[in-house]
Amino acid sequence: MLFDKFQAMADFRAELAEQGVAPFGAVTEEILSATEGIVQGRKVILAGTNNYLGLSYDSRCIAKAQEAAQRWGTGTTGSRVANGSFEGHQALEDEIAEFYGVDHAIAFSTGYAATMGMCATLAGPGDVILLDADSHSSIYSGVKLSGADIIRFKHSNPDDLAKRLRRLGDRAGQALIIAEGIYSMLGDVAPLQEIAAIKREYGSYLLVDEAHSMGVLGESGRGAAQAAGVESDVDFTAGTFSKSLGSVGGFCVSPHAELEHIRFCINAYIFTASSSPSVIASTREALRIISSEPERREQLWRNSHQLYDGLKSLGLKVGPSASPVVAVEFEDHANTIACWQGLMDQGVYVNLVVPPASPSTNFLLRNSVSAAHSPQQIDEIIAAYASLKDRGLLTSAEHGEG
Amino acid sequence: MVDYQEYLAFIYSALESLNKKQVTLSEDTELVGDIGLSSLEVMEFIEKIEDHFDISIPLNILPDVSTIGELAKKIHQLNL
Repeated sequence: MLFDKFQAMADFRAELAEQGVAPFGAVTEEILSATEGIVQGRKVILAGTNNYLGLSYDSRCIAKAQEAAQRWGTGTTGSRVANGSFEGHQALEDEIAEFYGVDHAIAFSTGYAATMGMCATLAGPGDVILLDADSHSSIYSGVKLSGADIIRFKHSNPDDLAKRLRRLGDRAGQALIIAEGIYSMLGDVAPLQEIAAIKREYGSYLLVDEAHSMGVLGESGRGAAQAAGVESDVDFTAGTFSKSLGSVGGFCVSPHAELEHIRFCINAYIFTASSSPSVIASTREALRIISSEPERREQLWRNSHQLYDGLKSLGLKVGPSASPVVAVEFEDHANTIACWQGLMDQGVYVNLVVPPASPSTNFLLRNSVSAAHSPQQIDEIIAAYASLKDRGLLTSAEHGEG
Repeated sequence: MVDYQEYLAFIYSALESLNKKQVTLSEDTELVGDIGLSSLEVMEFIEKIEDHFDISIPLNILPDVSTIGELAKKIHQLNL
């Protein structure tokens, strides 16, 4: 039967419904600020977004979006290669290229389209792609479409990457290596210095997806490659406008002039409508803000350390170091769901993450930090977890070494 | 040069610890359908083969492979 393969999902959803829990697609009924909303009828702290710098609700970005909608209308109704390239799209590409200090940029309608489109197009049949095992779904979708040989290396394991490149022999020089800056589920940072050194040794190409690290890492917020001092080794930087920049869309920048030809070969760019003028305008303003207000990044990291240290001191199983994504790992699936609801009941919204979105068979409660969170809000999030612990909902399996 | 039989023999031995249902293994045994390997176990199993023969097995060949014999044949073809 056509629908048989969905039975496992149907069973899981029925299990959630039986418990009266609706963690997926919880509807935000009202947005009160960058960090607060009304969800399931109650006021909650939003600790499960990707609004790292709090710009989704910035009055300057909103004003630019309003102006653009008035002047240019609500949509372009067409592809970038047809009628959908407005002045703003071109300006945004120029500005994102300038932000990264390179000459070439493509703006996509979503972040997913950017990484999927680049991965699907850069390599083709006969080429080889080496991707981190914990790569985002958009990367897996893209490489599958590429027709290239796809080889996974162990997550953030430079030795495994080197071993696999060695096995390729002469093909290694044409291989495309794909890594991310910050990994979205556990918040860990890729070892880009080591990966870049291996890339240089084998003469391969390197694409880094900075979706969760743009605006977060690096002296000027360009991401993990800038923080690691290896930007000159990166051939293609992909990213999104929907996290630190608070809007929607994606990009790829590159020092290679060939990007201008590649643009016209990417189906995810050609066969979709371009971003609305209002989206482009707010993105451009957000890009200007992250360049001119580095204190937002500093606040984000203060908040990240506060949450990480707080959850770790409760003995929870969190990642190896502080990051704007602080995930708590659970082996007991039913317990994770109960904890998610327990946090909601206390006015804290976080993300429930289940396989295959989580990198192992564990469930996750993924907390994400914003520069716009106040220290008091972070304390409230920690207190909500402490309350779960007091109620016996956090079992020893969720406790780390701490 | 490793021949088909060598690949086959190693696949049988690598599957021993994963064959929880104690299915009788043959070239026609399905890795997922008969043995019941999860996607995570498939990746671990593939990695064992890669490390043993010091080769890389591209992920994109896997959709065309369902039985032990098909896997051995595919790896043999890739490494001729």
